[in-house]
Parts: sequence; structure tokens; C-alpha cells
Amino acid sequence: MIPLSWYLIFAAALFSIGLYGVLARKNAIAILMGIELMLNAINVNLVAFWRYRTPEMLGGQVFAVIVFAVAAAEVAVGLALFISLYRRRNTIAADEIDLMKW
Amino acid sequence: MTTETLIWLIPLPPVLAFFIIVLFTNRSKALSHTLAVGAAFLSWLGSMVVFFRAIGTEHLGEHPFVSSIPWLATGDDYLWIGVQIDPLSAVTLFFVAWTVLMIFVYSVGYHNFGQPKGDHDRPGLQPHGATVADAHGHKHTVPSIEPMYSRFFAFIGLFAFGMYTLVVSDNLLTLFVGWEIMGLCSYLLIGFWYGKPSARAAMIKAFITTRVGDVFMLLGIAYLYTMTGTLNYREIFYNPEVLNYLVETPSYIAGLSAAAMIGILLFLGTIGKSAQWPLHVWLPDAMEGPTPVSAMIHAATMVSAGVYMVIRVFPLLSAGFENGQLTPPMLLMAFIGAFTALFSATIAVAQNDIKRVLAYSTISQLGFMIAALGVGGYVAATFHLVTHAFFKALLFLGSGSVIHGVEHGVLHTGDHHMDPQDMRNMGGLRHKMPVTFWTFTIGGLALAGFPLFTAGFWSKDEIFADAWAHAPIVLLVLGLAALLTAFYTSRQITMTFMGKPRTKEAEHAVESKWTMTVPLVILAVFAVAFGWVGIPHEFPVVGGIIPNWFHEFVGATLLEHPETLPFSWIPLLTSLVVSLFGLWLGWQVYKGFQVGSTDPVEKTLGATVYRWLKNKYYFDELYDKVFVKPAYWLAETFTSLWMDRKVIDGVLHWFAHISGIIGNFLRNAIDKPIVNGSADLIAESTKRLGAVFRTIQTGRVQQYMILALVSIAAFSALFYYLLVAAR
Repeated sequence: MIPLSWYLIFAAALFSIGLYGVLARKNAIAILMGIELMLNAINVNLVAFWRYRTPEMLGGQVFAVIVFAVAAAEVAVGLALFISLYRRRNTIAADEIDLMKW
Repeated sequence: MTTETLIWLIPLPPVLAFFIIVLFTNRSKALSHTLAVGAAFLSWLGSMVVFFRAIGTEHLGEHPFVSSIPWLATGDDYLWIGVQIDPLSAVTLFFVAWTVLMIFVYSVGYHNFGQPKGDHDRPGLQPHGATVADAHGHKHTVPSIEPMYSRFFAFIGLFAFGMYTLVVSDNLLTLFVGWEIMGLCSYLLIGFWYGKPSARAAMIKAFITTRVGDVFMLLGIAYLYTMTGTLNYREIFYNPEVLNYLVETPSYIAGLSAAAMIGILLFLGTIGKSAQWPLHVWLPDAMEGPTPVSAMIHAATMVSAGVYMVIRVFPLLSAGFENGQLTPPMLLMAFIGAFTALFSATIAVAQNDIKRVLAYSTISQLGFMIAALGVGGYVAATFHLVTHAFFKALLFLGSGSVIHGVEHGVLHTGDHHMDPQDMRNMGGLRHKMPVTFWTFTIGGLALAGFPLFTAGFWSKDEIFADAWAHAPIVLLVLGLAALLTAFYTSRQITMTFMGKPRTKEAEHAVESKWTMTVPLVILAVFAVAFGWVGIPHEFPVVGGIIPNWFHEFVGATLLEHPETLPFSWIPLLTSLVVSLFGLWLGWQVYKGFQVGSTDPVEKTLGATVYRWLKNKYYFDELYDKVFVKPAYWLAETFTSLWMDRKVIDGVLHWFAHISGIIGNFLRNAIDKPIVNGSADLIAESTKRLGAVFRTIQTGRVQQYMILALVSIAAFSALFYYLLVAAR
């Protein structure tokens, strides 16, 4: 059986890729995708810990499902924001969006 | 109605008329004078009913009509005010009611009621006449109606209220109230033609001069109240215990008893009100007012009020008189009265203004009354008060009628520079104004004391008798004054009515209207007939035909009935001689008087003496130098310039300067560097900090996230080090 640490290393790698995507990409959609990666890395962690530590309880899987639902909602809101942003400013490049400065 | 209720009501109609005229009927001249005259008539009616009930009452002196109400709570007691009619106030009420009513009626004619409005008359100035065209188209100038007609009637209504209040009052406090109301009204009425600067000056002079006396009188009243705890006449003046107490208590001034001190203070009030020397100066100037006012102030009411007051307090003034020695207040009164009588009679000789002669004669006659009281002639003073009120009201109204007639002449000729009051411009008016002539002559004879026939003779004779009995020197002075009185009266009548008209204006004078002449006739009757009620019993020939009612009646006001004096020829002869000789002399000297010629008195006495007389011994100038100028100096130089602007303002400016220095120091040393500095420091450092931190607020999410990541890493490392590695 594959040891737990492999899963954790995989999840950490996935998270780091997602984080890199969020911080480094200019395209807002790509940032959104980075966020998805990070969420999924967390999910991997959750399910792995459930399987290796408390397989008799359902809590870990339920948690993962809730994260999916939140991620879906977040993408819906995020995409809606970007569409609206694109309509107004004709761009979705993250470094051109500095509305929070004001 | 009971007599007491009626007495309460007597003063009310004129004051109601005053308020109604002022508030409502001001615009209607006819309504206003109807109200005022109607009110005077009601008061007259009430006074007559009260008077006749009073003389029909036995022992009125011991049991006068009294009625009073508690008015002012003073601790555990009340100050009572009320009304009282005793014999003295009854006779005063009698002459006040008659003269007031006559003056009210006369005023209607005097102020030209029924005449058209003036062409260019303005309120505050005498009417100048109006131009009217008759049926043939000829233009005439006729007298015009007084512009402030209603106002005049309102004021004299208030004046009458003051006098009635004073007369019916039963205590010194309400007497003082009436006294001051009259003071106010005389001020308003003397300055009735306030457009004239001289009238304004006269009104202020009258008000302030009488005020001097009033202050002393108020002091006297306060002192009396302190000593006795009451101001009621009967409780003080009809009460031997109180009088004895006052005589035996020494006052603050050594040598004077409390009674004498109070008496002198009260008498000083009379000096002001009755225009005695040295406060006589206001009365001649008061002639600036309309003539009915002169009659009102100088005959019927105000100056009489002063004498009435001293007669009223006579028991106090004379307390201690029983041993035959004149008390200090009486001595003072005898001196002031006699001196004033002679002093102002000499001035009257040299006056040419018809009203001024009468003004000085009023002062002189009031001096007679005061002197009479000073020698203990209580009844004589009262008698002369009454007769004088009648004949002096008559003379003033008569002079008003003369002036009116001459003003008519002025309107005819159109020469407005002529003084219609100057007797030198008159002459020969007896044919033009017969009613005025006869009534004026009767009044003049009464003033001069024409023997047997006139009221003035009997009252003056009684004063002489009292003076002879108690202080012969006073008789000498008064006799001289009476001689001068007869002389100037005769001079006045001669210059005004006798001979030929000396000017065109006098030629065109006309008799006044009936509203003016009827009061003259009625007053003339009293000026003759009122003397008959006081003829002494022992008088040769005519004595005893009519009982000496006046003496019996008025004498009863006193605690001890004054005894009638034994008859003596000396005062009688004095009286006869001075009056007849004076009249004859005046007639002889002035019958040939021509306009523009030197006054015969000036020829006889020399220019210097005449100038002194004509200028009233320069008393006005003296007072101007001694009181008015220093007062101005005090106000303008001392108070305003030195005290106010230099001392007070100086101190204030100094304070301001010092405060400025302290303020500057505080500002520069504390406020600016410390308070402002610290506040600025906080603000500036916040600003700089903000400037630093704003550079990291780029608004870009990704940079924020990098910052968050770095921070988390750093903090994690820190916590790791602190919690794990350092353990």
C-alpha cells in the first residue's frame, strides 16, 4: 500500500503549482484555475487523511464534497465578475485591475 | 350713595377720560373735549355734593368722612390708604372743583374749537391761523384750531386727577402720589408746544426744580413714617400723643426736634412746588405753556397743592407753638414766605409780559400764605389759598382772553413779529373786550385787596391781623409787598385796558367766545363773593352781618380751635392804605404810558435797579452759573472726559494692554510650540507614515497575496523558532 506521505507530497506539489499559478499568471481565468488546483490539493489531503487515519467515519469525504460545492460556487461568482469586468474595462489582465487601490 | 363712596369716586372721571382719550377718541376733537369736560363736570358734581354734605355735618373736624382700605402689607401690619374729607379738604375740594371745571370749559374756546385747520400748523407749535374766503371772495385770516387738541384735554384730565387725588387723600403717601402726577403733567403741559426751544427748556426747568423740593419732601415722609409707623393725617396731626412724642424726640441734627426736622423737610417740598424763593425760578418760565395750563398750574391746582400740604401738616409744624415761641419750621416759613412775597412783588413791577406779571404775583401771593402759616395764621392761610385760587385763575384766564384778542389783531395785520403778550403793545382794550375787562379788573382788585368789596381784601386782612399779633416785622414786609402788589396790578390793568390802543393789533382785538367769557364771569363772582364768608365779627360796620363761617368751619380741622384774634386797627389800616395807595399810584403813573417811551418805574428807580428787577435779580443767571454750568461741567468735563474717558477707559485700556501682552506670551511660548507642535507632530507623522505605506497599496490582488504569503512564511518561521526551536 502506498504510504500516506506520498499523497501528502503529491498534494503539496499540486498546491504549490496552484499557488504559483495564482501569483504569477496574468490572466484572471488562469488565476481562477490556480485556485481550483489549490482546492483540489486540499481535497487530496482530506481524503488521504480520512483513509489512513479514520476510515470508520464519513467526515473526511463529506468535507471534500463540501469543498467541491464551494469551489463550483466560487468559480461561478468569479467568472461572473470577470465577464462584468471585461465588459467595462475590456481586459481581464490581473495587473491592470487595481480598483482596490482607490 | 354714601358720602364716603362718593369721595372715592371723585378723582376717577378725569383719569378715565384721560385713558379713553389717549387710547380711543384721540382722533375726534369734539369727542375728546366732551369727554374731558364731562369728566370734569362729574367730578365737580361729586365735589359739590360732598362739600354741601360736609358743611351740613356737625363737628366735621372731630368726625370727618373717612374711608380706607389696607393696601400694602408691611410685615405684620398694613399700610392703609384711603380718603378723608375734613373741613380743610372740603373747602379745598370746593375751589379745586370750580376752577378745574372753569378751566376745562375755557380750554375749549382757548384752543379755538370750531375753527378751521391752520394753513401750516404743526403739532408742537402754536396754531398760526387759517385763511378762509368769505361770500364775496375776500380772504381773511382767522384763528385756527390747536393741532394737538385732544392731547391737551387728555393731559389736563390727568392733571385734574392728580389734584383730586391729593385733596381727597387721607395720608401723606397718596398725597405724594397726586403731587407727583401733577409734577409730571406740569412737565407735559408746560412743554405742550414742544416745537419751541424755550418751552422745552421751561418744561425741563420746572420738572427738575420741583424735583429738588420733592426729594426733601420724600425724605420728610420717610422720616415721619419711621418715627410714627403711619402716614395717616388723623393718626399723626390729630393725635396729641404722637405730636408730643415727635416734639420730645431729638432729631439727627442738634437743636431740632424730630417734629421740626420733619416739618422743615416737608416744607422744602412746598418751596419747590409752590415756587417759593429760592426755588421760584421755574414758575415764570412755565408761562410757556398754553394759558389754561398757566391757570391750572399757577392758580387752581399745583402751586395750591404745595400750600395745601403745609396747611395739612401745620399741626406738626406748629407742634410746641403753644408757649408763644415760633417753632423752627414756622420761623423758616415766616422768613421764606415774607421774603418771597416782597421779592417777587418787586420783580413783577418791572415785567412787561402780561402772564409773567401774574406769575410773579402768584409767587408773591403764595409767599403771603406761607408767611401766614409761619406766624400761626392757619385759617388766614387757608382763606387766602381759596380766594387766591379763584382770583388768580380768573386773572390767568382773563390774560389768556386778552392774548387771544390781541392775537386776533395780529392775524388781522399779519405782523407776526409782534409779541401779543407784551402789555406795552396793548392799551384801550376795555372797549374791545368788555367782559374780559370787567372780570379782569375784578380779579385784579381782588389781588390788590381792594377794600370791603373783594375776596382778596378779607383774606389778606386776616393774614395781616395774624402777622401783627405774632410777628409785627412780618406785617411790615407783607405790607410793603401788598403795596407793590396793588401797584403792579393797577399798572397791568392800566397798560392793558386803559387809554388808547397803542398798536394796530390792539385796535383790532375782539372779545373772546362765550366758552371763554362764561368761566371768567363765574370766577369773578367767586373772586368777590367768597370773601364774604370770612368777615371777622369785630370788623367795624360790616362785621357780623354775615357770620364768620369760614373761621368756624376750617378752624375745626385743628385739634384746638384757633381763637379769633382781637380786632386791631393797625393791620386794617395797613391793608386799606397799601391797597388804595398802590392802585392809585399805578393808575397815576401809567395812565399816560406811550409805546416806545421809557417805563416810568425805570425813570424813578434808575436804569440799574430797573435792570436788576427786569432780569429777576439775575437769579436765572446765578443758578445757571452755580448749578447748571457746573452740572454741565461735571457731566461733560469731569465725568465724561476725565472719569469716563481718561480714568475708566484708561484703566480698561491698560487692562487690555496687559492682557494682550500675557496673551501674546502664552501664544508664543505655550500654544504655538507645545500644543500646536504636538498636534502637528502627530498629524505630520501620520501623514508620512501613510505616505510610506500607501506605496505598497497597489490595488493588485496578486501582490497582496504575495505579501500575505511572505508574511505567513515569516511569522511561521518566527513562531516555529519561538515555540519549537527555542525550547
